[in-house]
Amino acid sequence: MSEPERADRGPLPAWSLPLGDSERIRIQMQWPEQVTREWAYGGADGEGVRVCILDSGVEPGHPLVGEIAGAKVVSIGEEGETLVEDDTEGDVVGHGTACAGIIHMLAPKAELYSVRVLGSGATGSGPVLLAGLRWAIDQEYDVINMSLSTTKSQFAGVLHELADSAYFRRTVLVASAHNMPVESYPWRFSSVISVGSHEEDDSRAFFYNPDPPVEFFARGVNLDVAWRGGGQIRATGNSFATPHLAGICALVLSKHRELTPFQLKNVLYLTASNVAGDA
Amino acid sequence: MNGDGDLRDAVSAGVLGSEADYRALLQSIVEVARSIFGAKASSLMLLDEEADELVFEAVAGEGSDTLIGQRFPSSTGIGGWVLVTRQPLVIEDLRQDPRFSRTTAERTGYVPEGMMCVPLLHEERALGVLYVLDRPQNAKFTLAEMDLLGLFGNQAAIALQLLQRARRVRALVEGEEGDDVSAVARLAETVDKLEDDRRAAGVQLIKAIDKILR
Repeated sequence: MSEPERADRGPLPAWSLPLGDSERIRIQMQWPEQVTREWAYGGADGEGVRVCILDSGVEPGHPLVGEIAGAKVVSIGEEGETLVEDDTEGDVVGHGTACAGIIHMLAPKAELYSVRVLGSGATGSGPVLLAGLRWAIDQEYDVINMSLSTTKSQFAGVLHELADSAYFRRTVLVASAHNMPVESYPWRFSSVISVGSHEEDDSRAFFYNPDPPVEFFARGVNLDVAWRGGGQIRATGNSFATPHLAGICALVLSKHRELTPFQLKNVLYLTASNVAGDA
Repeated sequence: MNGDGDLRDAVSAGVLGSEADYRALLQSIVEVARSIFGAKASSLMLLDEEADELVFEAVAGEGSDTLIGQRFPSSTGIGGWVLVTRQPLVIEDLRQDPRFSRTTAERTGYVPEGMMCVPLLHEERALGVLYVLDRPQNAKFTLAEMDLLGLFGNQAAIALQLLQRARRVRALVEGEEGDDVSAVARLAETVDKLEDDRRAAGVQLIKAIDKILR
């Protein structure tokens, strides 16, 4: 079942496959005739998967979240440099805690890392978001939950590069889609997994959208979610659908460590509630 | 302040609606939003980019007599999150967030139980936030309501953008003597206020100047 580690293969030329080298990239993984949810993540709990929550912080020790593995806050220094420091504030809104609670509900053993990119004001928030995402990709998290977007086209190019870089480095970027008719990023990029909301009250139900750019719909309406102060609120928004799919990604990756983002997206497609028929 | 857009805006100065007109439009939007959702209140906050603060511009229902002009930092709270992330958010049972209840009550004297919050986006900019507070809790929130909220957000964003433009133009008209942009703005405003023969003569004069300068 397991595929050789990338490091074991030795470097291949970047853009070509020389004669005789095809054996070196043979995919050892045995895919079943039918990819089912049982095969994809039956019995999985997220163990060994590192999930980053790029958001408003996470309240440590919240009963619906439990322990988190790390918390950082990102800011921009006077010289324009990225500053990443230990975050002692917890959650400045409650939203990141809600996302963390949803991911841990689905994948209780996933390692959660909070990277806070909110709290320094609306003006200048774009560069902080970019810096936070760049830093998170450099940490090689397996999954990055990004319940946010920017409408500024000046950031679109850099965000696109970052999204592609995550994709090639095997970091899955799960991003909230917009439900308003505006251009925003990074959810529109095909290298990310974009998520909108469905209205059903099943946290494990998710749907593939055959009419992109939104690729998947997950639970995002009338949810009881963790909030700051150890509390709980009822909430609605695509930003809560996103951690549902991030949690499912963590489950699949904990059982199938070898999957690339491309393969993972295929597994999500094949096990979506409107495709697999075994939901 | 000498770009093409500034000159164009300056020329428009005399014919754009007044701040009062746009305030009335914003007020109408929050009144209708409140009514359609059957909510206790609705309000609209503008982002003051220089101060990095959200300012109440229009309020319907609870708090309407005290909130206009009040400011909150854009860095915290649900409004700040919605503004920065560009994502609408609906939250109920807000009283379970003690920090929110305390700070909001201290500032506004009113603690909502539920809040629908949508960013006001115009082209690439986030201009502010529209809130609908305390919709009836007897019905489950639906995606259709979320879509309606988004539509209202778009309308409010257009109105807010017009208000900002009117303010910017006003600043141009009232600019320093000698500033070329304010000189053009002043001329446009003066001609627009003329009546009958004097207006016709003024327009004739401007046409002549335009012909000479081309």
